[in-house]
Amino acid sequence: MNGADFVAFSLTPLLIGSLAALACALPGNFLVLRRQALVGDAISHVVLPGIVLAFLVTGTISTWPMLLGSAAAAIVAVVLIEAIRRFGRIEPGAAMGVVFTAMFAAGVLALEQSDTSGVHLDVEHALFGNLESLIWLDATGWESLLDPAALAGLPPELFRISLVTLAVVAGLAVFWRPLAISTFDEGFAKTLGLPVRAIGLGIVIASALAAVAAFDAVGSIIVIAMFICPPAAARLMTNRLGVQVAWSAVFALIAAVLGFTLAGSGPAWFGSENAVSAAGMVGTVAGVILACAALFGPARN
Amino acid sequence: MLRDALTFQLGYNATLVTVAAVLLGIAAGVTGTFLFLRKRALVSDAIAHATLPGIGLAFIMLTLSGHDGRYLPGLLAGSALTAMSGLFAVQWLSSRTRLSEDAAIGAVLSAYFSFGIVLLTVIQTMSTGQQAGLESFLLGSTAGMLLTDAILIALGGLLVVALVFLFRRPMSLVSFDPGFASTSGVRLDRIDLTMMGLVLAVTVVGLKVVGLILVVALLIIPPVTARFWTNRVELVVLLAGAFGGIAAWLGAGLSASAPDLPTGPLIVLVSFCIFAISMAFAPRRGLLSSLVRHRRFQTGVHIRQGLLAMAQGQPIYEPLTIRLLRGRGLARADGMPTREGTVRAARALRDEKRWEIARATPELELAAARYDGRTQIEDVLTADQIAEIDRRIGPPEAVQ
Amino acid sequence: MQAPLEDVTARDARERADQDSPLVLRGMTVAYDQKPAVFSVDATFRSGKISGIIGPNGAGKSTLLRAALGVVKPLAGRATFFGSTLARSRNRVAYVPQRASVDWDFPARVVDVVAQGLYRRLGLLGRFGREHDGMVMAALERVGMEDFASRQIGQLSGGQQQRVFLARALAQDARLYLLDEPFAGVDAATERAIIKVLKALRSEGGTVIAVHHDLSTVEEYFDEVLVMNVRKISAGPVETAFTPEALDIAYGGRLEPGMRVPQKEPA
Repeated sequence: MNGADFVAFSLTPLLIGSLAALACALPGNFLVLRRQALVGDAISHVVLPGIVLAFLVTGTISTWPMLLGSAAAAIVAVVLIEAIRRFGRIEPGAAMGVVFTAMFAAGVLALEQSDTSGVHLDVEHALFGNLESLIWLDATGWESLLDPAALAGLPPELFRISLVTLAVVAGLAVFWRPLAISTFDEGFAKTLGLPVRAIGLGIVIASALAAVAAFDAVGSIIVIAMFICPPAAARLMTNRLGVQVAWSAVFALIAAVLGFTLAGSGPAWFGSENAVSAAGMVGTVAGVILACAALFGPARN
Repeated sequence: MLRDALTFQLGYNATLVTVAAVLLGIAAGVTGTFLFLRKRALVSDAIAHATLPGIGLAFIMLTLSGHDGRYLPGLLAGSALTAMSGLFAVQWLSSRTRLSEDAAIGAVLSAYFSFGIVLLTVIQTMSTGQQAGLESFLLGSTAGMLLTDAILIALGGLLVVALVFLFRRPMSLVSFDPGFASTSGVRLDRIDLTMMGLVLAVTVVGLKVVGLILVVALLIIPPVTARFWTNRVELVVLLAGAFGGIAAWLGAGLSASAPDLPTGPLIVLVSFCIFAISMAFAPRRGLLSSLVRHRRFQTGVHIRQGLLAMAQGQPIYEPLTIRLLRGRGLARADGMPTREGTVRAARALRDEKRWEIARATPELELAAARYDGRTQIEDVLTADQIAEIDRRIGPPEAVQ
Repeated sequence: MQAPLEDVTARDARERADQDSPLVLRGMTVAYDQKPAVFSVDATFRSGKISGIIGPNGAGKSTLLRAALGVVKPLAGRATFFGSTLARSRNRVAYVPQRASVDWDFPARVVDVVAQGLYRRLGLLGRFGREHDGMVMAALERVGMEDFASRQIGQLSGGQQQRVFLARALAQDARLYLLDEPFAGVDAATERAIIKVLKALRSEGGTVIAVHHDLSTVEEYFDEVLVMNVRKISAGPVETAFTPEALDIAYGGRLEPGMRVPQKEPA
């Protein structure tokens, strides 16, 4: 592949995939440590109804309504789960199962019922994304990176995911101490005057934003692989929180880059001309990384 | 149209699909109850998502060996195999590494699903000259279901129900009290494996109707719904089966009554509606009755505390307590007791003293455990017992 | 209806005592599932003392402490710290939760946990400098854990974990220390080390309140006790409040033969 082709067809999907993996893996660390890994599962499932709702209200698929709709759906889901758990005295796993399946079903139904023929929104796209389509047609080579006209043609998804990744990284850096303390010892955190509820909700909102921004790239289910596999693998590598978060970022990037590359060129090694799903391959690589960490990670036991 | 659908008037195929869905709903509700009571509801989510690569692999192998890739029994067998390996992967990760079960579930479901998507795109590019249509396993599709498929699903549902009936005793025991079950000779791991096997069977059978993403709803929502109505395991099982069946019947009927109404999501939404109604209005465990009871309890405790403070001449600090006492004409605005308040306060103090004695009396200890800060002792003990207590407290003037 | 004169002076005296006290509880009631775990407990803990909250299992001791700190929400009642609210007194209050209340598998080293005690000093982004390092090490030295500073917390024994929790509270440099079952499941050496630290805190003018259930060590460890079983049974100096009668009520006459019941002081 020459430089021009690489910039036009691989650079932006690679960037978007990497940023998406990073944006999900970072809050994922705290979900895993809080035994809320499946909140990531629930959130990623309710992104779909959130986006459908935003579409039904605004009639378009644009960034801000989508982000708002998904964040709102995630908050509704978490509040419902908490209400069912607390007032219905139902264990959290079952409460999650009730809420996210019902909301997902509502999303699918609304999607089938509404006329989305004019926009790029269908169930399959929502489920496993389309990383390969996020290309930069205006690019003619590396020099396009300095060409304002070509830069204007960058896929909007790139800006969206950059923004969210930046926000996630900044939030993590600023709130590192409260996040660590309240994740380790919530009771103690309360006596320090930390708003533990708001912190918990903040993690959920950050995850929801990451999920919706990553949605275009990898779809709503493979997002779970990004939330859980890199942090879980990272946990098996180290016994220090900071190091774990760093490992999770490394694993996320490896999964994104390796997955995209394998999806594009892997089939050629078997004599097939057709590429396979890049999103699927990213999730698969993330799973393989976790399997390796579970077998050989220095802190696995 | 809806009435036709619900009363099986929409033709042979639609009727059979509905019957299959209802049997599936019952089987899922019944099986899911044990899973739910074992607090492992979401293991089913990992199982369900882990079916996808199996479907893909089965299709590829069927096609490569010259058969029709869409042969349902073959696809279901393949899905069962990878689902099983997914289940073992969850168990291995959570028992052999420091990862908790929820992380293991999330990791397995997403990794297997991702690999399944890769296989689906491989299949799309295979030059078999036919549309594989495997995407229908994601969200289910009853449109154009073959008669043999519907029969397969119905029989599968029946088989699961029969197996649950067969194993109901050890499974109830294990889900109610695993510790006791294992000491009374039940092999915990075997029963757990049976339970998971049944969950797996329901998942595989349900793939075609509701799809792998939503099939967990059939396993989880009806048991949670049933739990609001009763505390008895056998009744939860029966009710969950009934709710699952009703949801499937209504959902399938609604879906058949108009175009563009997918069956799976409708069954799930009907199920959720039954859940929401139950959670809101069920007696005892429902939201409304809990709320009323909590308010009443809080009021009772505040009044009791206020009366005791008044009886002992202590100031009342809580504004809510004073407000409640005033509202009942027991105290004035400054927190001082009214005439009736004085009488009631003395009575409350006496009641409190009686409870105290009851607690220290071994033979009354059980009854005394019913103390909750507002129940009168007269409601718990007999007049003779109270007379005995009063004798030990001494003459009434000891109570000021 | 006018309250008698003596009552007014008594009330004044009580209010003055309340002002000076590091922790006053009034009408504390906490219920789980409509069953009171704590019922209408009033207590005034005196400054510069080591106070024990004593009672059988399930008596609501820990719940009382957690409710006072706002970790659980009381159904009724309120807690006053240093004559003010908890929010205004946080810099003066340190809390040592039950060891079992956290997941020790958390990826952190001993120093990371102790450094959590400096949070109110550091804030969100305050730089963790050399002097903070010194505070962490000083706290670890006080509990005899300086050699374990960079050990992973999951590798510690129960007693060592308890000492790390105490060191975290010491790093807070508070005036009031609230400890939830600090001696539960720890080795004898740790128990001695902890009580030594608590007595040192007292001699520095600090106040210690600990939930405790081992009756045999009450007289040795505590100046004052609150004996409770859901409600308050007795409170005050050990000599007057830790009586066989109070324990009889608290334990419902079920004291095990091995447990040492204190001898009633000759009148």
